[in-house]
Amino acid sequence: MGFEKFLFYVFALITLWAAGMVITRKNPVHSVLFLVLAFVSSAALWLLLEAEFLGIVLVLVYVGAVMVLFLFVIMMLDIDIATLRAGFIRYLPIGILITAVMAVEIFLIVGPSNFGLEAFPAPEPAAADASNAADLGRVLYTLYLYPVEIAAVILLVAIVAAIRLTLRRRPETKFVDPSRQVRVKKGPRRIRLVKMAAEVAVPAAVSSAQPGVEENS
Amino acid sequence: MHFDAANLIPILPEITLLITASLVLMVDLYLKEHEKGLNHTLTLIGIAIAIVLTGAVGGGEPQVFFDGNLIRDDISDLLKGAILIVSLLAFVYVRAWLQDRGMLVGEFYVLGLFAILGMLIMVSANSFLPLYLGLELQALSLYALVAFDRDSKKGAEAAMKYFVLGALGSGMLLYGVSMIYGATGSIEFAPVAQAVAEQGMSNKVLVFGIAFLVIGIGFKFGAVPFHMWVPDIYEGAPTPSVLILGSAPKIAAFALAIRMLVDGLGSLHPDWHQMLVILAVLSMGLGNLVAIAQSNIKRMLAYSTISHVGFIFLGLLAGSEQGYASAMFYSIVYAVMAAGAFGILLILSREGFDAERLEDLKGLNDRDAWYAAMMALVMFSMAGVPPTVGFMAKLLVLEAVVRVDMVWLALVAVFFSIIGAFYYLRVVKFIYFDKPADDAPLLVTTGGVRVAMSINGLVLLALGVFPAALLTLCQDAFA
Repeated sequence: MGFEKFLFYVFALITLWAAGMVITRKNPVHSVLFLVLAFVSSAALWLLLEAEFLGIVLVLVYVGAVMVLFLFVIMMLDIDIATLRAGFIRYLPIGILITAVMAVEIFLIVGPSNFGLEAFPAPEPAAADASNAADLGRVLYTLYLYPVEIAAVILLVAIVAAIRLTLRRRPETKFVDPSRQVRVKKGPRRIRLVKMAAEVAVPAAVSSAQPGVEENS
Repeated sequence: MHFDAANLIPILPEITLLITASLVLMVDLYLKEHEKGLNHTLTLIGIAIAIVLTGAVGGGEPQVFFDGNLIRDDISDLLKGAILIVSLLAFVYVRAWLQDRGMLVGEFYVLGLFAILGMLIMVSANSFLPLYLGLELQALSLYALVAFDRDSKKGAEAAMKYFVLGALGSGMLLYGVSMIYGATGSIEFAPVAQAVAEQGMSNKVLVFGIAFLVIGIGFKFGAVPFHMWVPDIYEGAPTPSVLILGSAPKIAAFALAIRMLVDGLGSLHPDWHQMLVILAVLSMGLGNLVAIAQSNIKRMLAYSTISHVGFIFLGLLAGSEQGYASAMFYSIVYAVMAAGAFGILLILSREGFDAERLEDLKGLNDRDAWYAAMMALVMFSMAGVPPTVGFMAKLLVLEAVVRVDMVWLALVAVFFSIIGAFYYLRVVKFIYFDKPADDAPLLVTTGGVRVAMSINGLVLLALGVFPAALLTLCQDAFA
């Protein structure tokens, strides 16, 4: 138990520190990298809670896919850091005031007095052969069938909205049409042989006709 | 585990909307530019079928489905019907505007339908999880609708503001839900209510959670001091999006408050009562006072929304069955009025011109007397002038507040609505006593729009004279 507690505090401190760095770094790329760190250490916290599946999914999906994409976007965008930071000092006092009030309230409420071990005794450790993913799947498609379906619709809306907001027809862009490339078949229609009159520029040259080859696609 | 197909019956309206949206999404791909009107027709047919199905599956004792995720009771029946009817009106109005600007594409209808679907899910949620998911479905569709005009910088800015503040509001709401879950051990409303009743008032965690829930509700309603997004979004977004965003979602927001505060935490009424009093007084005060200074009619209607939200909160905070019923009546009536007001703005707009300034309404009577009369009805109703239904709605809310011995609050409400009457009546003055601009053409609309607007305006008058038709439904829902 002692070592687990030690691990908890280590990862909790890393999470808090990384979260603080996310909002204080000047360079957005650094912020994103710290966000990745915060995610990884929260995944470790979930592992300590015996939610192994969720922890691994957090690393795979958020760190592996979402944040990497996010990093690409940030690197591609031309962000003017000076305008982003404008007003930071001006709003800092009121920001600190609100943060302090909220933090004190949260510490008072979410403390041992309300959420201590008397109110919430520690749960029994799961058996060695307990399968996280199977348990999750079992309730996800029975008890929570309705919310899962709604979540699916939300994803559909996200796709439709993203396409609507970004897809534009640009006639000047050059592109390759893969469906036409795939449809190309071997045969006489692919290569067109063109008969041309022999060129007689220099009398000493070879006079055989060169067949012109033209790609169809 | 066995799945009972009877679970699907109460969500037949939702299933219809989902199928319609998917159908429009696919059919739109095969339509040529001049055939896009079919999207419109399909959408209207889908909503009409959903209305019929809502009536068919409704009625009877409250029942819980999907292992406690879904409830069908009188509240959900009535609110679903109201949301669908208001949305049907809204979709009738938007077509001409979209067509003139080359935006009559399937995506507008698909996103609109998904927003309505989200509202229906919220209305019939029996646990915090589907309630939140419905809210996000609705909000995500509305963000995209606000940014629908891709070339408009104002629209993009409005969508960004809406998105950031909406996400903040959702975050607050979720934090509150996590506190409630921590204190009661459940996210389903009935067990939460039971756990709260057993624990009594001692638990500070619950009150802390409620504070965040009320902040989240305030954000979604647009109540002062969480109103900052409302005027900018109403001004920046394209008018059809504002029409969809400003009408039926108010009914859904009412359902959000009722489900969480009354179904789940009803016995903690003394705690959230005080918070709502603050929000209500500030909303009525700031909304009505700032609306006077507006020259942009969309901004004016935004501040008017804020003041009406104050009135809805008045009914909620009374905490009696009568109060809830009057708040429900008020939110349905408000949604109908908002649909009418933005519908007139859409009718006034034409190719290359958007009716946005108050002056654009000048001399509406000379351009089309019937629409002028309808707009006057809407404005009188918003101001609360008898015999329109706005008066009845305000009267019922005030009666509920007086019944719980909060006469001072009723006096404050009356005071601010008298101030508010000024800017509504100024619009009526513009319509009837001013000359139209020289370049203002006669209004050309399709027959459908004229019929819908006539129904919209006359309903406000008819319900004002015979309020019992809707009022008994509202009262039965909470009896």
